Amino acid sequence: MQIDRDLVLYLEKLGRITLSEEERAESMKDLQDIVSYMDTLNELDTEGVEPASHSFPIPNVMRADVVTNEANVDAILSNAPEQRDGCFVVPKTVE
Amino acid sequence: MEWEIVMGLEVHTELATKTKIFCGCSTEFGAGCNEHVCEICSGMPGTLPKLNEKVLEYAIRTGLATNCEITRHNKFDRKNYFYPDLPKAYQISQLYFPICHDGHLTVKDKDGNDKQIGIHEIHMEEDAGKLIHDDFEECTLVDYNRCGVPLLEIVSEPDFRSAEEVISYLEQLRGILQFTGVSDCKMQEGSLRADVNLSVRPKGQKEFGTRTEMKNLNSFHAIQRAIAYEAERQIELLEDGEKVTQETRRWDDNKGISYAMRSKEDAQDYKYFPEPDLPPLEISEETIERIQNEMPELPAQKKARYINVLGLPEYDTEVLTSDRSYVKLFEETVALGADAKVASNWIMGEVMKLLKDTATLPEDMTLSAKDLAKILEMVGKNTINRGTGKTVLEKVFKEGVDPEAYVKENNLAQITDLSALRPVIEEVIANNEKSVNEYKGGKTQAMGYIMGQAMRALKGKAPAQEVQKLLKEMLDEN
Repeated sequence: MQIDRDLVLYLEKLGRITLSEEERAESMKDLQDIVSYMDTLNELDTEGVEPASHSFPIPNVMRADVVTNEANVDAILSNAPEQRDGCFVVPKTVE
Repeated sequence: MEWEIVMGLEVHTELATKTKIFCGCSTEFGAGCNEHVCEICSGMPGTLPKLNEKVLEYAIRTGLATNCEITRHNKFDRKNYFYPDLPKAYQISQLYFPICHDGHLTVKDKDGNDKQIGIHEIHMEEDAGKLIHDDFEECTLVDYNRCGVPLLEIVSEPDFRSAEEVISYLEQLRGILQFTGVSDCKMQEGSLRADVNLSVRPKGQKEFGTRTEMKNLNSFHAIQRAIAYEAERQIELLEDGEKVTQETRRWDDNKGISYAMRSKEDAQDYKYFPEPDLPPLEISEETIERIQNEMPELPAQKKARYINVLGLPEYDTEVLTSDRSYVKLFEETVALGADAKVASNWIMGEVMKLLKDTATLPEDMTLSAKDLAKILEMVGKNTINRGTGKTVLEKVFKEGVDPEAYVKENNLAQITDLSALRPVIEEVIANNEKSVNEYKGGKTQAMGYIMGQAMRALKGKAPAQEVQKLLKEMLDEN
C-alpha cells in the first residue's frame, strides 16, 4: 500500500489536527514504514489458519455488577488542562 | 404521484445495570458532574476494561424476547471517532459479530392488522458523555457520568411503512425491555432513544430512495411529528425535481422542524477494528437455556393469560400491558382479592384519569395495590357507593391517606341499617308539602324532586334503590 499526501491530509481531518509540511513528510515516511512491515506479514502462508483477534485463548472474562468506585472528581480532573464546575473544559464543540 | 414511506429504526436503550459496562462506576441518573467516573471510563492510558456480566445477560434476554438468534462466538470492536464526548477517542461497540441477529416483532399496521418487522441485529456498546455548551464563553463543558453506561442498539430492517407501525413497534419494544427488567425506558431521561432512517419512493418502485437519519426524538409524539415532517420534506423536494441528500438531521420539537447536522462531505469513517483489550465471548447452550428459563412473563404472554384465565376483553389487556406500572398495580390488586374486570375498569378509568389530571407518569405513581384493593372491597360490599369510592381514591392518590380511616373519619360509609332511613325520609316528606301534594294529586314526576331532596338529606350515603322503595311506600301509605 502506498501512503500519499492526500491520505495524510484525510487522517489529519479525521483526527482534527493540522500538521506542518515537515510533519506531513515525516508522517508519510513513518506510515509507509509501518504499512510496508505489514506487507512483510502478508507474505506468510496463512492457508487454513483461523483469524484471531487475541493472542490468549481465554474467553468470557467478566465482572459482577457491583459498584466498586466512589466519586473522585478531584482526582479525575487533576490532569485536565482546564476545568470548571466539576467538568472538563474543551474548545467549543457543536455539531 | 402516490409516494411510499420506507423507514428503519435504530433504538438505543440504556440498561438497568447498577454499574457501567466496563468498570465499577455507578450508572445512577442525576449525580453531580463527573462523580461517576474512574480511570477506566475516562479513558486513562494503561487501564483495562472488563465486561459487566449483567450486560451480556440482558443482551441475550432481549434477543430471546425479540425472536433473535444468539451469536455463539462474540467479540467487541473499536469504533474510532474524535469527539470530546468520548475520552478514549473510540467507542467500544460490536460490528462484526453482534450478540443477537435476525429477530422480529409483530406490530399493528395502519389498518390494525398484524405485520412482522425484522430485527437485523442487536449489539452491546458503551454510551458517550454529555457536552454542556456555554453560550457566553467560547467553550464546552464535559461530564463523563454517562460515558460507559451500557447500551443495547437494536437495529430494525427497513420494514416500516407508516408512523403507526413505528409507534406500535416502539411500544412493544418498550414493553419487552421493561418487563424483562432490561431497561426502565424513560425517554425523558434518555434511556430509550430512537433514530429514524427515512426515505420515500414512488409506490410500486422496488429500489429505495435516498434516506436521511433523524436524531433527537425524545417522545412518541415527537417521533410521529418528525416522520410526518420529513416525509413531506422529501416528497416536496422530489416533486420539485430536486434530490434528497443523505444526511443526519436533528429534530427540534419546539419549532416542529428538522435541520441537517452533518453534511455529506463530512462522511464518517470509523475505522473499525477488533477490540484488543477485551477477550472474546463464547456463549454456551446452557447459558442460553438458563436465561430462557428465567425469562419473566412478556407483555404478549400476559395479554393471553388475562384473556384466557382472567376473562378480560382484549382492549383491557392492551391498555393494562402498555406500562409495567399498570400491570403491577393490576396483578397485585387482583391477588388481594379484587375482581379482575372491576380492577381493570378502575385502573383504566379512575386511576388513568388521575394520572392525566396530575400529569404523573405511571412509574411515579404512589398508589398502592393494597389501598386500591381496599377501596374496591368497600365499594363491592356497598360500604361506600361508587361515587364515594372515586372521592376516596382521589384522596389516596393525591394525599396518600388510608382509605378505611378516611371513610371512617369523614363519615362516608353507607347507611346499611334501613330503619335509620325512615326518620330522615319522614322529615323530607314533612318539609316538602307542596311536592307531596302534587304527587298525591297524580303528578308522578314530583316523586323525582322529593327523591332528590331525600338523597341530599342522606348525603348520598344510602343505596338509592332502597330509598326510592321506602319513599314510595311512605308516600303511598299516608
